[in-house]
This record gives sequence, C-alpha cells and structure tokens, in this order.
Amino acid sequence: MSDTAIAPDAAGAAKASPLVVRFAGDSGDGIQLAGYEFAKSTADAKSDFMTFPDFPAEIRAPVGTLFGVSAFQIQFGADEVLTPGDRADVLVAFNPAALVTNLQNLKSGGVLIVDESSFDARGLKKAKLETNPLEDGTLEGYQVITVDVVKRTLEALDHLGLGRKPATRAKNLWVLGLVYWMFGRPLDTTLDWLTSKFKQSPEVAEANITALKAGHAYGETLEISAFPNLSTPRVAKHRKGKSRIISGAQAMALGLAAVAALGKRDIVYCSYPITPASTLLHALARFDGGVRTFQAEDEIAAISAALGASFAGSLGVTASSGPGLSLKTEAMGLGIAVELPLLVIDVQRGGPSTGMPTKPEQSDLTMAIHGRHGEAPLPVLAPATPDDCFWIIIEAARIAIETMSPVIILTDAYLANAASDWELPDVDSVPDIDWPAVTSNGEDFQPFTRDPDTLARPWVAPGTPQHAHRIGGIEKAQGSGHISYDPANHQEMTSLRAEKVSKVADRLPPIELEDGPEDGDILVIGWGSTHGSIAQAAKELNAEEKRVAHVHLRHLWPLPRGLDELIKRFPKVVTAELNTGQLCSILRSEYLAPVTCISQVSGQPFHVSDLKAEITKRLEATVT
Amino acid sequence: MNEMPVKDVTALTANDFGSDQEVRWCPGCGDYAILKAMKTVLADIGRSPDDIVFVAGIGCAARFPYYLSTYGFHTIHGRAAAVATGVKLANPELDVWVVGGDGDFMSIGGNHTLHALRRNVDINLLLFNNAIYGLTKGQYSPTSPVGTRSPSTPGGSVEAPVNAVRFALGAGARFVARAADTLQTHLPGVLKRAHANKGASFVEILQNCLVYNDGAFGAINDRSQSHEATVRLEHGQPMVFGKEEDKGLVFNNETGAFEVVTLADLKSEDTIAIHDETNFVRAQALAELEQPGFPVPLGVIYAEAATEFVEARGFSGTKSKWGREELKSLI
Repeated sequence: MSDTAIAPDAAGAAKASPLVVRFAGDSGDGIQLAGYEFAKSTADAKSDFMTFPDFPAEIRAPVGTLFGVSAFQIQFGADEVLTPGDRADVLVAFNPAALVTNLQNLKSGGVLIVDESSFDARGLKKAKLETNPLEDGTLEGYQVITVDVVKRTLEALDHLGLGRKPATRAKNLWVLGLVYWMFGRPLDTTLDWLTSKFKQSPEVAEANITALKAGHAYGETLEISAFPNLSTPRVAKHRKGKSRIISGAQAMALGLAAVAALGKRDIVYCSYPITPASTLLHALARFDGGVRTFQAEDEIAAISAALGASFAGSLGVTASSGPGLSLKTEAMGLGIAVELPLLVIDVQRGGPSTGMPTKPEQSDLTMAIHGRHGEAPLPVLAPATPDDCFWIIIEAARIAIETMSPVIILTDAYLANAASDWELPDVDSVPDIDWPAVTSNGEDFQPFTRDPDTLARPWVAPGTPQHAHRIGGIEKAQGSGHISYDPANHQEMTSLRAEKVSKVADRLPPIELEDGPEDGDILVIGWGSTHGSIAQAAKELNAEEKRVAHVHLRHLWPLPRGLDELIKRFPKVVTAELNTGQLCSILRSEYLAPVTCISQVSGQPFHVSDLKAEITKRLEATVT
Repeated sequence: MNEMPVKDVTALTANDFGSDQEVRWCPGCGDYAILKAMKTVLADIGRSPDDIVFVAGIGCAARFPYYLSTYGFHTIHGRAAAVATGVKLANPELDVWVVGGDGDFMSIGGNHTLHALRRNVDINLLLFNNAIYGLTKGQYSPTSPVGTRSPSTPGGSVEAPVNAVRFALGAGARFVARAADTLQTHLPGVLKRAHANKGASFVEILQNCLVYNDGAFGAINDRSQSHEATVRLEHGQPMVFGKEEDKGLVFNNETGAFEVVTLADLKSEDTIAIHDETNFVRAQALAELEQPGFPVPLGVIYAEAATEFVEARGFSGTKSKWGREELKSLI
C-alpha cells in the first residue's frame, strides 16, 4: 500500500469553529504524551481548550489488542471551550485496534491519519478483523491519510544507528510532527521539552527530535493547501492574563498547597494508592513543603491517620475512589462524632466493586450523602471543572474548619484527568484560612460547647497548655464532652450535628441559574464534572431559542437555599447525571418535586449532542 | 488566647495524671494496675499532660485515655496505631501512647500494628493482652490458647494463637518488651524504657481478666509465684530466675534455642546466657519461651536504635514554612 494523497478539506476555511483532535493507539505507544504535547502547543497558540485522556486500566496490555487502546482527545477554539468535544475532526489511529475502537468518534468527512505499519494479518487478527478496513470500504466518507509511520520513522533515524526497537519508540513524535504541520503549529515547545526531558540521554533526545522534525517535513510533501481550516488561528480573546494547562488532579494538588499556604500550617495528606486518585498523591509528594504526605498501609489507615492529624491540629486530608470510600466510612463516622475537620476526596469511577477504574461515573453521590452508620450528616461538595478543583478544595477546607466536620469532595476520573487552560489566580486576593484561636483560658474547659452561629465546637489541639481533654466515638454530653448515655442528650446531640451541617447552606451564596431564562420551559440540573457538557448543550439549545435553564450544583449537601423554589418555578425539571438518577431521587425526596433524570453510565462523559437530543425530547414531551 | 497559668511539671505527682472520670473497669481488672503504673511513670517522666496524647481503639483496655489527665482520643476498633501515626505526622513534638487489647492490636488492627512497627513511628504501643474478648462478653481472641472454651467456641478453640512478641519481631519492631499487670516493681521500668526509645516501642502487658479469663497467665502475674514462672531480662546480666535465683537459661548453639538449667547442676562447659537486647537472633529465641516448661521472659527483649519515621520524612513542628510566595511560585 502506498501513502495516499488527500482530498481537499470539505469544511473549507470560512469559519474557524472549534476543532476536535483525537489520538488513539496502544497504551505503550506514547499516546498521552503526544496528546499532552499537542495541548501545550494549543495553549501556546492561545486557543481555549479542554482535553480528555481515555485510557485502559491495563498498564501494558498486549500490543495491538482492542482492550489495550489508549486515547487522548482535545477540543480547542477561539470561543470558550467547555468540553473535549463529542466527535473528532481529526483522528490519529496508530494500529487496527485503535482504528476499530475509535472510528465511531470521528465525524463523517473527518480527517483520519492511519499508521498502516501494523495493518498486516497479525495486526488485523489482534483487532478481531476479518478484512482490512483500509481496503474494504470501511473508511469511505473520511479523508484518509495512510502513512507507514514505523517505516518512515526508521528511515529518518537510520543514521543514528539505534536499532529497530528504540527507533520505533519515536513514532509518536513522528506523528506529532505531522499533526503539527497540519495545524500550522511551531515545534519549539516540544523541542524544548524533549531537550530538557532527556538531558541525561542526549541520544534519546536526538532520536525524538529527529522523528518530530521528520514527521513535520513529511507534511510538507503533502498537498500544502489541503487543510486551511485546521491551521486557521483560533485565538481565544476572552483569555486575559497568564495561564497554564491544568488537570483536575493538578488543580486539586495546588488547592491543597494553597490551604497550607493560606493557613500557614502544614496539612497532612494520607492515602492508599487507588486508580484514579493516586495522581493526587504523586503530585503532592513532589512538593517540598506545605503538604506532609503519608502513603498508608490501607484505606482505613489513611483516613485514620488523617483524622489523627486533624486531632493534633493540622488539617487531615484523604483521597480515594469508590471502593476506598466504602472502607473509610467507619472513620468518617468517628470524625462526625468527635467533630473534627477532615477532607475526604472521592475520585469517582465506574462501579460497583472494581468496576471500570479508569472511567468516570457519578455514582457515589448517595453514598457520600447518606452512606454511613448512624445519623451522620456531613457537607458534600463537587467541583464543576478542572480549575474549579483548585477553588473547591479551599472552600471545603474553610467549611471543614468552620463547621468542625469532615467534608466529602466528589470529583471523578474525567475531572481528575481532563485538562484545560487555567488563568492563574491572583493569590494575594484570596483571604487567609484562619485556624481558630483558643478563646478559653483553660479553666473548666468544655470541648463540646458550641459557637452560637455555626454550632461548631472549639478545636483545641494537644500541646495547648491547660486544655488537655479527651474525645471519642462514644456519645458525649453536650458541653462537657463526657461519656453520656442519657436519652435526651443523644436526641439533642443528633439534632445539633445535623443542624450544624445544615447551617453551612446559610453561609453559601444564593443559588443562581447558570444559563437560560428564569421563566424557561425546562430546568436542567447538573452537578460535578458534567458541567461542560450541560452548559454547552444549554448554550446551543438557547441559541436555537429553546428556553432551557441550567443550574449546576457545587454544593450537594446541604443543598443550596432557594433550590426548592427554583425547581418549583419550572414546568419541567430534569437532572443530567452519570449514574441512574441519584441526585434526581434526592431532590424528589427533599422537595417532593417531580424531577426526572437523564442518565448515562457508559464510563464516558456526556456528549453534548446526546444531551441536546434528550433535553429536546423532554421539552417536547407532554409529561416529563 | 487568654493568659494560661503554667504548671510546674516537675512537681506533678502520679495523682495529677488522673482524670475526673469514674473508672468503669470491673473490680479486680488488671487494667487498674496498669493505670496505676502508668500514672507513676508519667509523673517520673515529667512532661506536662498537655504535651502527652493517649490514643486508644475499642475494648476494655481502650477506655484508658478517659482516666488520664492528658489529651486523649478514644477512636475505633483496631485503628489507634494509624490515628497515632497521624498525630505524630501533624505534631512530632507530642509524646504519643497507643493503648489497645489483643483484639485491637492482633486481630482487627493487626495490619496497623505491623506497619507502625516496621515504619518505626515514634509511638509507644501498649498491648493489654488478656487473651479474651472482654467487652463483647468473653469470646476467644487471637491470643487465646488452643482449647479455649468461650461463647463462640463452646467445644474449645482450634486456632493456633498469635505470639505477640514473635509478631512484633517479625514485623521489624526495633523495641519489643513484655511485662505483667500486677508486677508493679517491674512494669514502670519497662514503660519508661519504651518512652525513652525514639521509634515504635512495642510492650506486651499480660493482663488478667477476672470475669472472663481469670488466671489465664497462671503464675506469671501471681506475685508470689512469678519469679518461678518468669525470667526478668536485664541487658548485660545473666538470665537467672527463681525466687532463690537458682535457675538460669543456657543458649544451645546447635538448636538455636534456650534451655533451662539449675545453677547447681550447671556443667562446666556451659555458661548462663547473658542478655543482649541488641541481639535479634537471641530475641527470636526468647520469644519462643512459654509456660509450661520455660520461664516467660519479661523486660526489654529487643532494642535497636533506628531512624524514626516522621523525622526520616523530614517533618518537624506544626507550622508551615510555606506562604503565599511559595504558592505563587508553585502555581
């Protein structure tokens, strides 16, 4: 098979609409690396963007298999980009398996770059293909560029004498070079990165740099005017000030660093490795101050140590995913009983049990709100976007300290890994986090007296002179904190603990519609990582004069004040959730409101087009 | 903060370390004796109660913190060692003691005991071993001997018990000691050694449960017979025992085990073993000595200086050296 020529770009260059690019290949092909470099180059090109890595749970699945396919998707444009995009304008497939599993993600008429080197009998068999899709008509309707990338990479690196295997490893950079050419991107950022990354092994740097340049040069041998639309600059004028690429996990790590810096006190982060929460531990372990990290022996030890740290006057933080959160629930009960601040981060994934560890789902909401023994309420928050992961951590820390309560933060595999351009915050304008001052002189100190406004008890850590006291999981007498089995006291303490959490809502800003008319025909309620998809769907539907209102909840418990009234103003109310309707059922039980749910549990974020279709259907239905 | 009067810690007596709470253990429980010894030790150590933390799990023993005037945290079953690790991470300057029973340390929390010991976190772990589950009304525990009849083993337990000292040595503990509740002239010295050790100190305290397992340790914690049933270890001293100090331990190099001899019958080629608490192999052999047939070793069985965990991680104090400038450069 020879390298094919390409048809002119059907879309033309008239309007620089957002573009979606998807890289797909073996998990060992360096797909995520190529994708991340492309994202950096997109940031340099001053476009707004969002990325989504979609990778398998297997670390190194057998080469060429369907289940070993790793993908990276990015959407970029001049206007605000809220999602990584539904279907791609450009798909890069490194092998038959990647092509088969990802072709559905390519728009019809889209550009498909295929490395044909592994489309032999063996490669096709691994992808469970009877015929070769490059020849059997599967790719009709796409603009196909087939290149034997391995062959061309080897040719380019021939003079370096590396041997076949190490030279083949540079194929992702050869492809990246070609993609850079198609999008009119300079190579500088990636060249600089390669030089610094492989400072210790200049021969590896040279091989990768040579491959990148060779792929780029190969592009010039193609029809140069073929892709004017791809290379049209998409400068995001709404972006001001300095920015950087940030994933949700990175933002969360910086948020925790911010809590330490704003509180002038080291925080203690304890966790046990679990996908997809471990990236947070890795990020924090690299900081040289602010956050004391502890890799505990198990999930229970992690939260127990975090709670011990909070008892000792630091803010304890633990993170996990669904199965780990289940293990932590007993200790959360203790945290609620002894009324100590604690942050519990749940990076949700497809469940139950091991489920789909690398895929997002929002199915731990009910567990976060209700899933504990005894009457054990606590605040639950969920960030909406990767950069919100930074702010929500700071907010959660304030709530935990102000309320003297554990706080759960629900993020997910999508938010943790999705990255976007982040305008750097003005650190000086963020208020300090105040550790509460000890106000008693120690005489007859009562650890369970309460602040009249917040109902929080005083937080007095060991080491504080004249305040030595004992706390524990046994019910305590209001005020003194002594062990108490008194019926009236337990009734009162149960109510106080619930009221204390409920009062958090009094201190939140009033709930506001994010988009759409106040008297719209339907209210769409979202929470957490679905923000981008829902916001985009609402925006597009409103542009079509559909009268769709969107409210996005960052505070799941207690629910924001005014939500009840807001819901009851709309003739139709629907939640959109990556679960089978958990928020929906909570809203129904809290407000007796006929809320319905747009549900998806495929392990993938919502496609905007699917949401639009579903919302439209609900709008048109006589009864929702 | 208002002005707080500063106590003269050197003038504190054992009574100053008691709290105002009514002690709720069964009359005659071995825990009373341990509490008494602990108060004496805390007064001798001379740190303020405000700088001391007792962390406990769940069980009879775990009520311990309520009865002391120090800071205390009564946590959940088995997790006290993990909670205590967090306390030390947040504030390494505190003296942290962990109190638990055989259920806490050897059963539900066995994993945390293992990891606290191997990490060498600077906490003192006191295992109150009464070889029974008292608070849940008398079921056999992981340290109960084979044949223990209990509500959950009416026909007698068939499980091999865990030997706590062997477990601790196997976990990589750098300080392993054993004591008994009633031996009030011996126990305080062991607790003080545990406190002085910088790192995880593991002390098994054989404790009698009068209600569910009375006499479980036989002569060991019977003060009138204890000298015949135990050998008191002193570093650098010969391992002799008996009321008349007429018996001793000889180490058989061929079998790698100790043998009991009466001093009168000591063969000329044999010598009474000298206790070397830094000798790990001998410590393992000592762990195997059980009644009947051997005196149970009491005292510091093994002690080896090693780097403490929190210090090795580079954490100190409570304040952050970080501020807004560091955050800005990070962002």
